[in-house]
Amino acid sequence: MIDDLERDTTADVPPGLRVGRLSLVWRPWGVLVSVLLLAATFLLFCLSIGLGDFQIGLPQVISTIFGQGDRLDTFVIMDLRMPRALVGLITGFALGIAGALTQSIARNPLASPDVLGITWGASAVAVFLVTVTGGAASTITNTIGLPAAALIGGLGTGLLVYFLAWRRGIDGFRLILIGVSVSAVMEAITTWLLVTADIRDVARAQVWLVGSLEERSWHEVWIALWCTVALVTVVLAVAFHLKPMHFGDDVASGLGIRLALVRAILLLCAVLLAGVAVSAAGPIPFVALIAPQVAMRLLRSPTPPLLAAGVLGALLLLGADLVARTVLPISLPVGIVTAMIGGPFLVYLLVRANLRRDA
Amino acid sequence: MADVGVVTEQPGPVHSGPEAAEVTRLRRRRVVGIVVLAAAILVAAAVSLAVGARGLSLAEVWHGLFADTGNDPAANEITLIVQTVRVPRTVLAIVAGIALGVAGALIQGHTRNPIADTGLLGINAGASFAVVLAIFLFGFQNPVQYVWFAFLGAAAAGTVVFGLSSLGRGAGNPLTLVLAGQGIAIFLAAMTTAVALADKASLDALRQWNAGSVAGVGWGVIWIAALFVVVGLILTLVNLPSINLLNLGDDVARALGANIALSRTIGMLAITLLAGAATAACGPITFLGLMVAHLARYRTGPDFRWLVPYAGLLGAVILLVCDVIGRLVARPDELQAGIVVALIGAPFFAALVWLGRFKRT
Repeated sequence: MIDDLERDTTADVPPGLRVGRLSLVWRPWGVLVSVLLLAATFLLFCLSIGLGDFQIGLPQVISTIFGQGDRLDTFVIMDLRMPRALVGLITGFALGIAGALTQSIARNPLASPDVLGITWGASAVAVFLVTVTGGAASTITNTIGLPAAALIGGLGTGLLVYFLAWRRGIDGFRLILIGVSVSAVMEAITTWLLVTADIRDVARAQVWLVGSLEERSWHEVWIALWCTVALVTVVLAVAFHLKPMHFGDDVASGLGIRLALVRAILLLCAVLLAGVAVSAAGPIPFVALIAPQVAMRLLRSPTPPLLAAGVLGALLLLGADLVARTVLPISLPVGIVTAMIGGPFLVYLLVRANLRRDA
Repeated sequence: MADVGVVTEQPGPVHSGPEAAEVTRLRRRRVVGIVVLAAAILVAAAVSLAVGARGLSLAEVWHGLFADTGNDPAANEITLIVQTVRVPRTVLAIVAGIALGVAGALIQGHTRNPIADTGLLGINAGASFAVVLAIFLFGFQNPVQYVWFAFLGAAAAGTVVFGLSSLGRGAGNPLTLVLAGQGIAIFLAAMTTAVALADKASLDALRQWNAGSVAGVGWGVIWIAALFVVVGLILTLVNLPSINLLNLGDDVARALGANIALSRTIGMLAITLLAGAATAACGPITFLGLMVAHLARYRTGPDFRWLVPYAGLLGAVILLVCDVIGRLVARPDELQAGIVVALIGAPFFAALVWLGRFKRT
C-alpha cells in the first residue's frame, strides 16, 4: 500500500494558536511557504498580464490594477488581458483544492478529479453541442450557452459516478473505479460524435478535449469566481474534519467524525469545483493531480494542504499559460502544457511511491 | 475473487482414487469449454459475414466465398461484398480479439492485478499516440508503415506503467496501477490533441483511428498484424507455466526454480506484441481484455494454462459480436467495434467493482 498520508510525523509538538473555540497548530514553515507562494502567484499574475504583443512593464501593470493607469494601459489590461489571467487564477485555485480533496478522500496520491467522470462528461456534452447542429442542440446552446451546458454535463456525470459508487457509504477505491468506467462510456460517446461529425466542427470541438484560456470574458470570470468562493467557504467550514480521516475510517469515527456526511459534502464540493473549472476553461489535465502533491512537499505537510494546493494550482496554471503563450513556437492550449508537466510528474510519483514501499 | 474451480492440476503423476477422478472431470469440463468457444467463433463469424448494410443469406455468403462468379452481375456483387469487405473485417476481428483477450489475461497474471487491462493501463494509448505522431511526422498513409510505431508506443507506455509499478518488490496497490495508467492515457491524449491541432490532416485520420474499428482494413495490414500476433502467442505459450508460479508470489516462485526476470520480460514482450498489433490494425480497444479475463476465470479458475486460451477465444467471440452489434444498431451508419466494446465493457467493469470482485491491496 503506498500512502503518502501515513508518513511518520513524530516531531516535537509545535505550539498551538487558540482563538475562542478555534485552535490551530502554529507552523511557521507552512505559513512562510504559503506567503511566498501567494507573492509568487501575484507576481506571475501581473507578469502574465504585462506580457504579450503589447508589452507593459510590471510597475505599470500593478498601478493599473489598482486604478492608477493611463487609458490605453487600462483598456489593454482591464478589457483584454485581465479576464484571461483571472480565469486562469480562479480555475487553477479550484482545481488545486478539488485535487487535494479527492486525494484526501481516496487516500491515494495519484487520485484526481480527472478520473471521476466530470471531465469526460463535460467534454461529451460540449462536443455534442458543437457537432450536432439544429434541433434540441441549438436550442440548448442558444438558451444557456455552451459553458453552462458543459457544466451541467460534467456535474451530472459526477453525480452519476457518486450514486453508482454508493453502497452503504462511499469509499475511495470504489469511487475511482466507477469513475474510470463511467468516463470510458462518456469517452466512447465523444469518440463516436467526433467520427460522425463534419471535420470543421471536429476542429472546433478539439478545444473541449483539452483546456484553454483563450478568449475569456468578464462574464466567465464572475461565474467562476462566485461559484468558487461559495464552494471554498463550504470546504473550509467542513475541512476541520478532514485531518482525522487520514488516520483511517475506524480512527476517524472513533474521534467522532460523521464519516459518511463529511465525505459526501467534501466530495460533492470537489466535484463541483472541478466542474466549475471545466466549464470556465475546458478540461485542463493534471493541475488537480500535481498541485496538492507539490504543496504537500513544499509545506512538509503529511497530508495534502487545501489552501496551499489551491494557490499552487493557480500558480501552475498561470505559469503554464505564460509558457503556452510566450515560450512555445506555436500557440498551444494551456492544457497541453500542463499535460507536458503532468506526465513526467506522474512517473516521478510512481517511481517514488514504489521505491518507498520497498524501503 | 471468484475462485470457481480452484482445483489446479498438480504436475507429475496423478494418484488414483477420487482425486484422479476429480482431475479428469475438471479437464473434460475445460476441454468442452474450449470446443464450445471454438464453435461460438464459427457461428459469430458466419453471422459477421452475413450481417451488414446489405444483408445476405448464409447460402449467398457460401456462394460468395467459394463459387466461381461467372457473369451474373448480382452474384458478382455479393462476391465482391463478401470477399473484399466482410471477410477481411471478420478475420481481423478474430485476430485482434484473440490478441487482446490473451494480452488481457497475461497482463492480469503478470501484474497480479485483477483491474489490469491493456486499455486501462495506457498501452493502447501509447500505440495510438505513436501512430498519430508517425502520420504527422512522416506522412505515412499505409498502416504497414506505421505498425512499427504502434509497437514502439505500446512498449514505451507499457514499460512506464507496468515496468515502473513493478519496481521494488512489485505487486503494488491495484488502484495505483490503474491511476497511473489513466494518467499516462490522459497525458498521451493531450499530446495527440497537440498533434491534431497542429495539423488538420492528422485530425481526420486520428478521429477515425481513435474509434477502434475492424472495418476497412486491407489484407496487407491484417497479415502483418496476424504475423505479430502469432509470434506473441508463441511467446505466451512459453510464458504460461511460469505465470502460475509467479502468482504464488515472487519468493515462492524463485524457490520453485522460476527465473522471474526472464519470465516477466517474455510476458511484457508478448503483451506488447499482442496489444501493439491489435491496436496498430484496429485502433485502441479498451476493456476487452479485462472483460474476457474475468469471464474466462469464471470457468477455468486461476490456472493460467487454461485461462489464457479461454480468454483468447472469448476475446474473438466478443469482438465479432460487438462488431456485428455496431453494424445493426446505428443503421445506416455504423458504430465502431471499439465503441461498442467500451459501451458494454465499462458497465461490466462497474458491475464487477460494485460486486466487490477487486481486492484493495
